Amino acid sequence: MSLITCQNLTLGYEGRAILHNLNFSVNTGDYFCIVGENGSGKSTLMKTLLNLQAPISGKIIFGDGLNRNEIGYLPQQTIVQKDFPASVKEIVLSGCQGRCGLRPFYNKEEKNLAADAMKKMMIEHLSDCCYRELSGGQQQRVLLARALCATKKMLILDEPVSGLDPKVTAEMYKIIEEINKKDKITIIMISHDIDSAVKYATHILHIGDNIFCKTKEEYLKIIKGKGFSQTDKGENI
Amino acid sequence: MNEILAKLQEYFQFPFVRYALIVGVLTALCSSLLGVTLVLKRFSFIGDGLSHVAFGAIAVASALNLTNNMVFVLPATIICAILLLKTGQNTKIKGDAAVAMISVSAMAIGYLIMNIFSTGPNLSGDVCSTLFGSTSILTLTKQDVTFCAVLSVIVVIMFTLFYNKIFAVTFDENFSKASGVNADFYNLLIAIIIAVIIVMAMNLVGSLLISALVIFPALSAMRIFKSFRSVTVCAAILSVCCAFLGMIISIVSGTPIGSTIVAVDITAFIIFSIIEKMSNYLEK
Repeated sequence: MSLITCQNLTLGYEGRAILHNLNFSVNTGDYFCIVGENGSGKSTLMKTLLNLQAPISGKIIFGDGLNRNEIGYLPQQTIVQKDFPASVKEIVLSGCQGRCGLRPFYNKEEKNLAADAMKKMMIEHLSDCCYRELSGGQQQRVLLARALCATKKMLILDEPVSGLDPKVTAEMYKIIEEINKKDKITIIMISHDIDSAVKYATHILHIGDNIFCKTKEEYLKIIKGKGFSQTDKGENI
Repeated sequence: MNEILAKLQEYFQFPFVRYALIVGVLTALCSSLLGVTLVLKRFSFIGDGLSHVAFGAIAVASALNLTNNMVFVLPATIICAILLLKTGQNTKIKGDAAVAMISVSAMAIGYLIMNIFSTGPNLSGDVCSTLFGSTSILTLTKQDVTFCAVLSVIVVIMFTLFYNKIFAVTFDENFSKASGVNADFYNLLIAIIIAVIIVMAMNLVGSLLISALVIFPALSAMRIFKSFRSVTVCAAILSVCCAFLGMIISIVSGTPIGSTIVAVDITAFIIFSIIEKMSNYLEK
């Protein structure tokens, strides 16, 4: 059984559909990349997967014991966060909020979880630092540590390297790969960096004019063989 | 100096001065707690908008000749807070426009009603005191003080219980929603608490100056402190100190209470900004 199966999904906002008849499934351990041009509906798809908005039609089935609120999420930075006075520790801990339910304070287990996540992201020494004073790469690590607190199974990353310089970008990709391989956490990543997607991902979902979902090997063949433009629309899986 | 102390001692013998101080300190404490969240959520003006609504509600209440204004003012303000928050999420009318719309309407209609159903002989005096706070804080009854104390205890308890959730929702609403936190509910809770605080603070500084009480301590604390917890604690302490100092000054020198407190808040903000600049400079 797959972690996430999408059946005949039609997505959009305010009643206007921008993506039609999407069919794909994500299995445990996949490194699943969603690529496409700006405005092709990547973010809408992600928001639907995260239950932030409802699909217009079709179904998303969660399997393999995955609950909808067990997905870790690495959002793009918002303006609010730019001058938010919060320490790294507070932010990472807030990732445990989903498992708190109505309990008002964090317990020992959750504090340990946060400490482990910070260790994994190598930001322990920043624990008491102010978030707004960190570099872009460090901020991404903090948010990634927070996402790790929220999940043991699946991470959804929204353009995790946008705005980072090449060196930090490479580090970020390496961290994500490690999370995927070592911790066996399924990754769904939204990106418009197709080269890196091809390099790291196991599966690629291309949305836009041509929608197709392939393993990396098949995807490479398509690119080499004919280029996107000639890809047959009938290749939807 | 001794003269001033003697004068203070004399004043403290009056129960109404003690009541005023208690209410002032409690109000300042509560209003500063949510200030951080409001500033960060870009909601600073909701406080202002809601206080205008409360002004309108007070006008209606006095026209209805209610013995206890609060029975009407509190629910009316809470309902408006909820409405404002809902329209803030609606993309058709943007948040700030909705706030402006509701606040000026409430203001205009409130003044209109006060004029038509004028109950007292000194209308402009009544209006002025509702807008800028006034002697009303010195005419508090024991019942008013109890009411205020109960409300502030509720606000403080709610804030402490939901502190972590409020932090999570303020920092990243989408992440909270995705990880299963009922963000809409907590936004609603924040709005309701704000409404309660505004109504409490009406007595102290009047409806035009409430925003100052809410945002200044938070803004000052954000200059220097770097974690959410320290900012919140500092804002609360600062707000209480400023309110206390402001009230003492106004009692001694006979200045209007509301504007004196706000002036002290402004001074604190300037001092904190200078400290921030200096510590930045020293680090370099």
